[in-house]
Amino acid sequence: MTTVEQLTQPPALFEARHDIFPKAVDGSFRRLKWAIMAATLAIYYVTPWLRWDRGPHAPDQAVLVDFAHSRFFMFAVEIWPHEFYYVAGMLIMAGIGLFLVTSAVGRAWCGYACPQTVWTDLFVHVERAIDGDRNAQIKLARAPWGPAKLARRVLKHGIWLVIAAATGGAWIFYFADAPTLAGQLLDGNAPSIAYATIGILTATTYVLGGLMREQVCIYMCPWPRIQSAMLDEQSLMVTYKGWRGEPRSHGLKRDVPALVALAADPSLASRFDARAGDCIDCNACVAVCPTGIDIREGPQIGCITCGLCIDACDKVMAQIGRPPKLIGYTSVADERIAASGGVPLSPLKRLWRPRTLAYFLAWASIGVAMLFALGTRTRLDLSVSPDRNPTWVRLSDGHVRNTYVVNIRNMENRPRTVEVALSGLPGAVLWTEAGHRADAGTSVRVEIPADSAARTRIFVAAPSAGPERADVIFRLRGLDKSGGTDTDDSAFIRPGGGE
Amino acid sequence: MTEPRSNPPLPLRPRIDEPTGTPTVGHEWDGIEELDTPMPRWWLWTFYACCVFALGYAILYPAIPLLNSATPGLLGWSSHQDLAEATAREGVRQAPGRLAIARMPIERLPQDAVLMRAAVEGGRSAFKVHCVQCHGSGAAGSKGYANLNDDDWLWGGDIAAIHTTLVNGIRQPGNDETRISQMPAFGRDAILTPKEIDDVVSHVRRIAGTQKLDAASVRGATLYAANCAVCHGDGGKGRRELGAPNLTDSITLYGGDRDSLTHTIVNARNGVMPAWGERLDKVTVTMLAAYVHSLGGGEVLATPEGVILPVAAPEVTAGAAILRK
Repeated sequence: MTTVEQLTQPPALFEARHDIFPKAVDGSFRRLKWAIMAATLAIYYVTPWLRWDRGPHAPDQAVLVDFAHSRFFMFAVEIWPHEFYYVAGMLIMAGIGLFLVTSAVGRAWCGYACPQTVWTDLFVHVERAIDGDRNAQIKLARAPWGPAKLARRVLKHGIWLVIAAATGGAWIFYFADAPTLAGQLLDGNAPSIAYATIGILTATTYVLGGLMREQVCIYMCPWPRIQSAMLDEQSLMVTYKGWRGEPRSHGLKRDVPALVALAADPSLASRFDARAGDCIDCNACVAVCPTGIDIREGPQIGCITCGLCIDACDKVMAQIGRPPKLIGYTSVADERIAASGGVPLSPLKRLWRPRTLAYFLAWASIGVAMLFALGTRTRLDLSVSPDRNPTWVRLSDGHVRNTYVVNIRNMENRPRTVEVALSGLPGAVLWTEAGHRADAGTSVRVEIPADSAARTRIFVAAPSAGPERADVIFRLRGLDKSGGTDTDDSAFIRPGGGE
Repeated sequence: MTEPRSNPPLPLRPRIDEPTGTPTVGHEWDGIEELDTPMPRWWLWTFYACCVFALGYAILYPAIPLLNSATPGLLGWSSHQDLAEATAREGVRQAPGRLAIARMPIERLPQDAVLMRAAVEGGRSAFKVHCVQCHGSGAAGSKGYANLNDDDWLWGGDIAAIHTTLVNGIRQPGNDETRISQMPAFGRDAILTPKEIDDVVSHVRRIAGTQKLDAASVRGATLYAANCAVCHGDGGKGRRELGAPNLTDSITLYGGDRDSLTHTIVNARNGVMPAWGERLDKVTVTMLAAYVHSLGGGEVLATPEGVILPVAAPEVTAGAAILRK
């Protein structure tokens, strides 16, 4: 299309998706992608079925997000809602981890581990298994509709839908006991939210992984934009080494067989350019690209750095007897050094620089801090809030009573008996709403069921002589072998002034 | 370009942006131009789908404001009806618990921790509606209105006594079981002279521990024995069966200072409370009794030796079991 045509035509309202038929390729990056795909899919599908014995008072699913009881189980770790900062910390670590990975090796997340990439890759393989490789797919797409084409299309979309449903189906097992829920699903009496979730996730997996594919990365996902901003001259990214490849030439190259051919037939000289680069413009890199871009145009938003073009190009370079990695992982800085004939830094040395080190230290210190917090956290928790309406009550014998709402968390998976005592208030006696002042003492005992919080009111009576506001400390003590303590500050209020 | 520019003429000629091959929209500012990139088709589809959804929503649900209300919508949904249905559902959900409380004898209620807790919470809500006007939102009362948090009870502080007081009220005409006592208006009816009343006040304050022994209180002691002891007792400890308050403790309903006491003895007080049994349903009154009993001053029900409390009916246990879930 010429520029004149473009300017005289009214601009298009929309741009339809260009079909992409990625060609199959084999190589080290393809194998890496296979391995990562197998690992991530296995983790996703298998995790909910792992068991972890927590005794009779807690679920035995290794990883469980229990919304109904506000608990998050992950192997030996159980997170309560008030400990959500662990999840927040992990999200921050994931964020900084992405900074680290991006500044070091570019959009590696996009190319290998992103669910969009993994599932799209899976769908592409299904498509290839049914329709054949790139050329067969193009041929089929152009072919008129007929029984054979219809059968292939139905089969392909059917398998995609099955994969999508399995994906949505696996998701819900993270939120309920997997075997129980699976049984309910088969019997048709699972909660409606389970079916709805499967339905929605089936639809999103099918649409995003099967139909939209690279459109998600190019138009929808914010990560490419953020990651573009985080890349610098030192970041490794998939690069076409223009200084080596240009100018491109078809056919004869400067390699030995070409020279032999030239010697044998001088008429080939017109096709032989002494300055010709290594790129023979075979388009292999474009054909294998899952997002349909031409890497030789330089870094661009559509490049998810999956490395498949590296595999494709290496194969061609081997065939024409040129050194590999005409397309390869390199940084802008190294590319500049190499273009001017220097020796680039090894990628490992590129990784260690102040920026990546700073990201790594931030990432690691959050992790260490969280591990420390996790290792030292207490599984008993006391929280006291004084009843402010009324703040104090005069008792018939002249003593003053305050009431406290006491929350005690027993975060262990067994029932526990705890003792709550008070210090800082001479002559004080305590009793709970189940007890009575007549049998009040200097401490009360509370039974807390396994893995739950007990809320009780504690009444404290003390002689009326004393400061208007006395600071007191409630002390919680586990009465069994494992013990454990916690304290909380509060205040005892007496009537002030001329009462 | 060195000369200062004012507003550049608009529109500039659209041109093709060299690196992207995309036409520009034809305006620029400080050298920044906008590409006229066509939207992806799926984006347009999403936009159209949103339009269709909005249209459908506006037809099905109340949407367009009119003078007095909004268009009703084809589905006939309304927030009032939604609330009514939610309330009805909650009523159904609470029904087994209320049934269990209704069938549970009040004396046994504190023994069932689950039912008691449900009753206390129900009572807390009902208290906020029916009782706070006099007793205050924290049940701490005020002058003339009893503080329900303390351990001083005119008519008895076990759960059954509280329940009886609630059901029948205080000094309610026409109710045979209402709590009633009638202290004479010693001053207004000229039973005692102002000087004598002053002496009685001194005595009452002495036995309450707010005043030292003096000549007036000694004179008042004699007058007290003749006029007051029959109800309040010789030592001033009061008699619950008569509704006569304990004068020796630290709690007074109308105030323990000289002015308040003088006013009480001159005019008598005779406060009232509605008979809630006539106004509220049985379960709500039971819940209120449980709540008041739970405030910290509730007394343990004294059961005479040998009296066997009625066993809870099976339905009660079933109801409690439902509630426990």
